[in-house]
Amino acid sequence: MTTATTTTGISSRQIGRNLPRLEGREKVTGRAEYTHNLRLPGMLHGKVFRSTVAHGRIKSVDVSAARAVPGVYRVVTSEDVLKVIPHPYYGPAFHDQPILAIGKVHYVGEPVAVVLAEDPHVAETASALIVAEYEELPAVYDEVEAAQNKIVVHDELKPAGTFADLKHLKGVRGTNIALDYQLRKGDVDKAFGEAAHVFEHEFRTQKVLHLAFEPFVSIADYKSNRLTLYTASQGPSFVRTEIARLLGWPENRVRIKVPFLGGGYGAKLYIKLEALVTALSMIAKRPVKVSLPMEEVFYTITRHPMTFRIKSGVDKNGRITARRCEVFWNGGAYADVGPRVAQKSGFTASGPYDIENVSIDSYALYTNQPPAGALRGFGVPQLVWGYESHTDMIARALNIDPLEFRRRNIMREGGKHATGTPLKDAPIDKVLEHLAARMNWTKPLDRGTGTLRRGRGLAIAIKAVISPTTSVAIVNVNADGSAALYCGTVDMGQGSDTAMAQMVGEILNIPAESVNVVPRDTDFTPYDMGTLGSRSLFHMGHAVKLAAEEARDKILALARDLGLPEGTNYSVADLFQKRYGMQAGNIVGTGVYKPDYIPPQPGTGLTPNVTPFWMVSGVGAEVEVDTETGHVHIARLLNVCEIGKPINPKICESQISGASMMQLGFTMFEKMHFDGGQVTNASLADYKIPGIHDLPVTFENETIDTYQTNGPFGGKGVGEVPTFCVSPAIGNAIDDAVGVRLTELPLNPEAVLRALRAKQNRPIEDA
Amino acid sequence: MTAMRTISFTLNGEQVSAQIASHHSLLEVVRNDFSLYGARESCGQGLCGCCTLIVDGRAVSGCLFLAAFADGTTVETVEHLDRHNVLDPVQEAFIEEGAFQCGFCTPGFVLMVKQLLDEHPDPDDERIRDYLSGNLCRCGAYPEIIRAVKSAAHKRRAGKPA
Repeated sequence: MTTATTTTGISSRQIGRNLPRLEGREKVTGRAEYTHNLRLPGMLHGKVFRSTVAHGRIKSVDVSAARAVPGVYRVVTSEDVLKVIPHPYYGPAFHDQPILAIGKVHYVGEPVAVVLAEDPHVAETASALIVAEYEELPAVYDEVEAAQNKIVVHDELKPAGTFADLKHLKGVRGTNIALDYQLRKGDVDKAFGEAAHVFEHEFRTQKVLHLAFEPFVSIADYKSNRLTLYTASQGPSFVRTEIARLLGWPENRVRIKVPFLGGGYGAKLYIKLEALVTALSMIAKRPVKVSLPMEEVFYTITRHPMTFRIKSGVDKNGRITARRCEVFWNGGAYADVGPRVAQKSGFTASGPYDIENVSIDSYALYTNQPPAGALRGFGVPQLVWGYESHTDMIARALNIDPLEFRRRNIMREGGKHATGTPLKDAPIDKVLEHLAARMNWTKPLDRGTGTLRRGRGLAIAIKAVISPTTSVAIVNVNADGSAALYCGTVDMGQGSDTAMAQMVGEILNIPAESVNVVPRDTDFTPYDMGTLGSRSLFHMGHAVKLAAEEARDKILALARDLGLPEGTNYSVADLFQKRYGMQAGNIVGTGVYKPDYIPPQPGTGLTPNVTPFWMVSGVGAEVEVDTETGHVHIARLLNVCEIGKPINPKICESQISGASMMQLGFTMFEKMHFDGGQVTNASLADYKIPGIHDLPVTFENETIDTYQTNGPFGGKGVGEVPTFCVSPAIGNAIDDAVGVRLTELPLNPEAVLRALRAKQNRPIEDA
Repeated sequence: MTAMRTISFTLNGEQVSAQIASHHSLLEVVRNDFSLYGARESCGQGLCGCCTLIVDGRAVSGCLFLAAFADGTTVETVEHLDRHNVLDPVQEAFIEEGAFQCGFCTPGFVLMVKQLLDEHPDPDDERIRDYLSGNLCRCGAYPEIIRAVKSAAHKRRAGKPA
């Protein structure tokens, strides 16, 4: 272990230390705090009764039998909610989601009523006795069908008013399109006409979910002039703002407390159970906890399924001259943050390529499925699945090596992205060359024999961090010289507390492990936009650095005021002692960070500054395909990420491997199956996630040596970066091995075998 | 009204008793009656390992193990490992190797790794993978967990207190 403090008491550098996580001891002893573990005196448990139809008018909800169960405190329906919160609709982009269904249900699993009881088993038993009747309406599940607006999910669109590009949708009727984002650069039609070759493909991704092991859980404790929420949330500031809005209260009467999270991955953003428990606590006048069983997690929030139509024109030299992208995002029944996924990912749909003429249409769509939101990568992994499969298909069709084809077409540093924003600190070429070298791409691969065939593939991608967003931090130096950091970044396993403490330690010249990172509590912790989109290390990192620098400067000023010479060896505690005559006082530094941003022009999506930083990654895969079973064995998976200068290299490496493992599940087998809008595999028994046997035997996680010039200490985010390229690298490797091209995820044995058999002209008949 | 009964068992070295209903799981009892929160319910089907408890020396899924069957047994939770304020070598190794991210599944892994090393003091990769295949980690810290198992095995052989 690195020693932080030298014999003279002056700390060594904190940036770049492989410091084990500060909360490690709490986690390995089982004593770390999670909302899951919290109980309040007098607390009731809520059990949610959910819709069994995907789209329908509610005719009646009979709660009498449930109410009669001994031990039931109360049964709550939307009528009760409307009495305490007259406009109970929430959401970050649209105010479309009711606390409990009002008049209509829009997906199977939508909350309709809640049973409250002291004993959660009583609440569960009673909830099974509720009877709801619906007049069923036709439902739409597929995103491309939804775009035709033949079946409409919501009668009228209700944008929240926070996003300029959604305002034109206010009050619009008869549509499922919750955002129609456009980017227009050059003239794609003209370029297609002049191209030597034109390629057009369609790709799809399935519905998958985060499946954090701490299921959604929130507790509300309502008093007449005060609300405290204890919640497993990635965005305490947003929760406070939105709950205060629902209550018509100032924010200072709403307090959000967030301990550690048992996983988040984007699921625990915005409002999940927080509005529901607030209403329940207001109605019951007691603390109320709702803790979902795993089955109900499948009906709360998922990743966006997507259909991606991509068309490229290529000249005779193998240069891509034009690309048209049409992306349909299946947002489910409520918008959540889907319109932002459609836009913020949508503008990168043409990939890391330098293309003269680009046209992108990205549509956020309502359907009668469980809602979709943010999931580690914010749409980009789905897009990359499409465009990097497409890239390989073009290269193969033109008989150009896939690596060479990418070399000819990638954007270079200083060039312009399709949005018009210059590419800075985004060394796509370096990532690609690192990948090529480490994959020994120029050397022939052992192709296997008989029914076991080997192949390799690679993929490369780019993402822009969401912008513009704000972070605020406070550093408090106590009279004994110890320091506390108040920041709203939620540590859900990514190690942010440790990295932020390292930044404070670096500036204040103290060991990072001595910094108290105060658990998130909006009564103390200042504003942060949210722990999402790999933004925290950059945005909050800047705020933390600024706060620590201000505290340090105040300490130096105090020493000057006390008449001490520069470079004095008086300790910080001595300064306080001299100033106040005893161990007393504080020095407080604050930091605020919001990067520059220029909004894209409506219609063209063009802007000279779309993002403060880019993220680049690549994956190389070697696979062995069993042509008799369709089983794909991943012999080697190489992740190459560009993450600036790592603040804590070891934690960064585990972020890379962990994100890659998660994406491996989404690539190879994870899929929510539906029947009439109902999830038919809503459990870990039937929805399999990667286990230890799924770890590729050769699994390499590497970064390239870079420095983010505008980043705090040269750093930037990492959490999503490794997710981008896993799917297409493996899809490309399968094609390389057995000559079949899969265009839909997951790449499970059935899909591979069906494709192999179709290629042999003996397709497997559907049962 | 659900019939209640009393069970008695040894919990982390102490003789205890609890009032239980027939449908209560041992996991609920250790959490609700004894405030031991290291074991947690996640999947609720005995598939993820987050609820791992040790009953009469064997790891069980606490979410499926009915409390009634714990009568007369010896139960240990992860909280028992550092009862003398000293971490088990497995816990030390998990911290040093960074073998967790969110930490929700970690107590279950720690208990399983301890049982693995009790049975196989020097396991190879294949045995580690087989033995731990009943524990899931959604953060995907498997490479670090495998490294931690090897490190813990080394620590135990080097004679660190178990």
